[in-house]
Amino acid sequence: MSASLEAGSPLASVETIIEGLAGVGYIASRRIATAVYMSAHLKKPILVEGTAGVGKTELALSTAALLELPLIRLQCYEGLDESKALYEWKYGKQLLYTQILKDHMGASLAGAPDLETAMEQLRGAGDLFFSETFLETRPLLTALRQEGGAVLLIDEIDKSDEAFEAFLLETLSAYQVSIPEIGVIRAKIAPMVFLTSNNVRDLGDALKRRCLHLHIPLPDQRLEEQIVAARAPEVEEKLRRSLVAFVQAVRTLDLRKLPSISETVDWARALLLLNVESLDGELVRETLNVLLKFEQDIAAVEAKIPEFLARPAGA
Amino acid sequence: MRHTLEDFVRALRASEVDVSPAEAIDAHRAAAQVGWSDRTLFKDSLAVTLAKTAEEVERFDACFDTFFARDEFVDATTPSRADSTPAAGEAGDLARMLLDEDSAGLAQAMEAAAAGAAVTGIQTGAQRSLLTRRLLDGMGLRELESLINRLRTSETGDDSLAAELAVRRTALFVEARAFVDRQAELYAAQTGRRLRERLLSRRKLTAVEPEDVRAMEALVRKMARRLAKRYARHRHRAKKGRLDVRRTLRRSLGYGGVPFEIAWKRRTLQKPRIAVLCDVSRSVAAAAQFLLLFLYSLNEVVDRLDAFAFSDRLVCVNDLLDDEKVDDAIELILARIGFRPTDYGRAFADFCASREWAVDRRTTVIILGDGRSNYANPRLDLMRCMEERSRAIIWLNPEPETYWGQGDSKMDAYRRFCHLAKTCNTLEQLERIIEDVLRAYSPA
Repeated sequence: MSASLEAGSPLASVETIIEGLAGVGYIASRRIATAVYMSAHLKKPILVEGTAGVGKTELALSTAALLELPLIRLQCYEGLDESKALYEWKYGKQLLYTQILKDHMGASLAGAPDLETAMEQLRGAGDLFFSETFLETRPLLTALRQEGGAVLLIDEIDKSDEAFEAFLLETLSAYQVSIPEIGVIRAKIAPMVFLTSNNVRDLGDALKRRCLHLHIPLPDQRLEEQIVAARAPEVEEKLRRSLVAFVQAVRTLDLRKLPSISETVDWARALLLLNVESLDGELVRETLNVLLKFEQDIAAVEAKIPEFLARPAGA
Repeated sequence: MRHTLEDFVRALRASEVDVSPAEAIDAHRAAAQVGWSDRTLFKDSLAVTLAKTAEEVERFDACFDTFFARDEFVDATTPSRADSTPAAGEAGDLARMLLDEDSAGLAQAMEAAAAGAAVTGIQTGAQRSLLTRRLLDGMGLRELESLINRLRTSETGDDSLAAELAVRRTALFVEARAFVDRQAELYAAQTGRRLRERLLSRRKLTAVEPEDVRAMEALVRKMARRLAKRYARHRHRAKKGRLDVRRTLRRSLGYGGVPFEIAWKRRTLQKPRIAVLCDVSRSVAAAAQFLLLFLYSLNEVVDRLDAFAFSDRLVCVNDLLDDEKVDDAIELILARIGFRPTDYGRAFADFCASREWAVDRRTTVIILGDGRSNYANPRLDLMRCMEERSRAIIWLNPEPETYWGQGDSKMDAYRRFCHLAKTCNTLEQLERIIEDVLRAYSPA
């Protein structure tokens, strides 16, 4: 990775990261860019937290696009274990191999006068049974073995079990994995690792300690306008300002699920499809279901629509 | 600069951002990487290495701003007088710096004196005066004062110079005081709070002063979260399957006896259920609010909890705890059935008949109440039935054991059916007992 950190690379400074990410359609705040920068330079994974739809996964995707590295994604869920995350043996092929071995064994050992010589010959033949030939690599191992480096995204780590979390520690701190039958496999080039979490459960301290931590909050008016501009460029500036202002106002309410960035962008696109030029109460009421996901929330916001629309944008 | 960063880490720890040595090392590496010149960059780099939750980020930001708020020395009154410099030449460094308005020098001297006086070791607010004095002494206040005296008394002395020095000395006092205050805020504010929390957790639930209620509530929530964290860890253990020989052999038949598909035994997890019955009647009214709060917080983090509240009747409060906000929930519960005379017999009858939930062998029943049933039928038969059908019954009573069975208390009769009956009158006891329950009755 050190080669890619020299001047001129997208990771050379925080400013170049902000620019580069903007180039691939991700508007990053300074803190986000700093986290990416530190991660590249300290060679540590980033743990990204924040509510759903705030752009956690997107950050990893955009970074991969920026660095032009392959993105390897591991989606976590309850019950995920190392045979699905790291590696597995190709049982079927191993079985065939032993069958072939059995057939050849008789022929190749025929010349041996006694058992000891036969054993000696057998030892010399080498054991392929547990070798990389029969290794089925899963995302983690794949990421470590990428020749040119990779971006590894471990999505929704909080959905996995504690045991899996502990198992990740070796991979994350040393960029290596131990396979008992083969030995330690080290990454030639440490991948850039993003872990995302929705805070379904608290993560262990050991894991947190090995990661840099990045909490992505809901954006402010200016940043969100930039994001909408990047994601839905066809939206007129005036409409963009007023719709973002409306969303910002909605977020001040106490709702079950506050609209996050992805909902704002969806809403902007929906309004675009409807050929809207400016917001009015009727229209907002009809499209509110794009923004809010709960019946109670919609009811709560409906009552406030005139008030929110009356506010000057950017207030 | 290394010391500054170490002090900052200490200040962070004091404001409840957990920083491990490994993270501190990361912070040093990060600082070395980005340098100290760009304040935002420096702050963001430290934030990503040191603060590990959203709340910690907030505390980090506050702490950073206080810590690195070394405001400039404002010059006291008049512009510097060039002619005074020779007179001050014979004086100490401090006097010269004051007269030259060398704010950088003064700030540096103050930092140095602070290190000498161990100002950052401040523990409580009461040490502030002492430390301010030591700080000023370290900067050479004594020499300054003797200089002022000398200037005033000697015939050749310059009265106006003395007066000016005195004015600047006063300004220095203010600066030093502000400096120490800031240190106190960084290092000592939390010690005081922690001390108060410890006292509160040992305070009797029935004797909490109104002004402590807020702090107490925060404490309850913290405890519940801590418990749930540990409890969740237990629940997730023991999940890995073992080889299921029978099913593997069965599947191998299709491949001519070769075990091609391997089947694993999956132990199904018996998730424990907890039913909490909380007395909210008049006799325990003072404690009820905290018990409910505890229940509420626990409900947020434990997924198999059934909560009931009772006085003369019993109602399931699951929906209320799930849907309402904490204050509303407690208020609603208390409004619905609170502060009435208790009838344990009726409550148990309601409980056994409740359709939401039937006691079975996986269930631990926790009863929070004083066992004072106003001489109504205690329905020991129902209690026996619950004991037979549940995994365990645990009774937590706010009254001390000597009161059990006195007056209308039926506690001595009830306790025979309990696996555990304990006095629980402080938050600390409550936490400890619930922790034991969760540990003992969750699957290993």
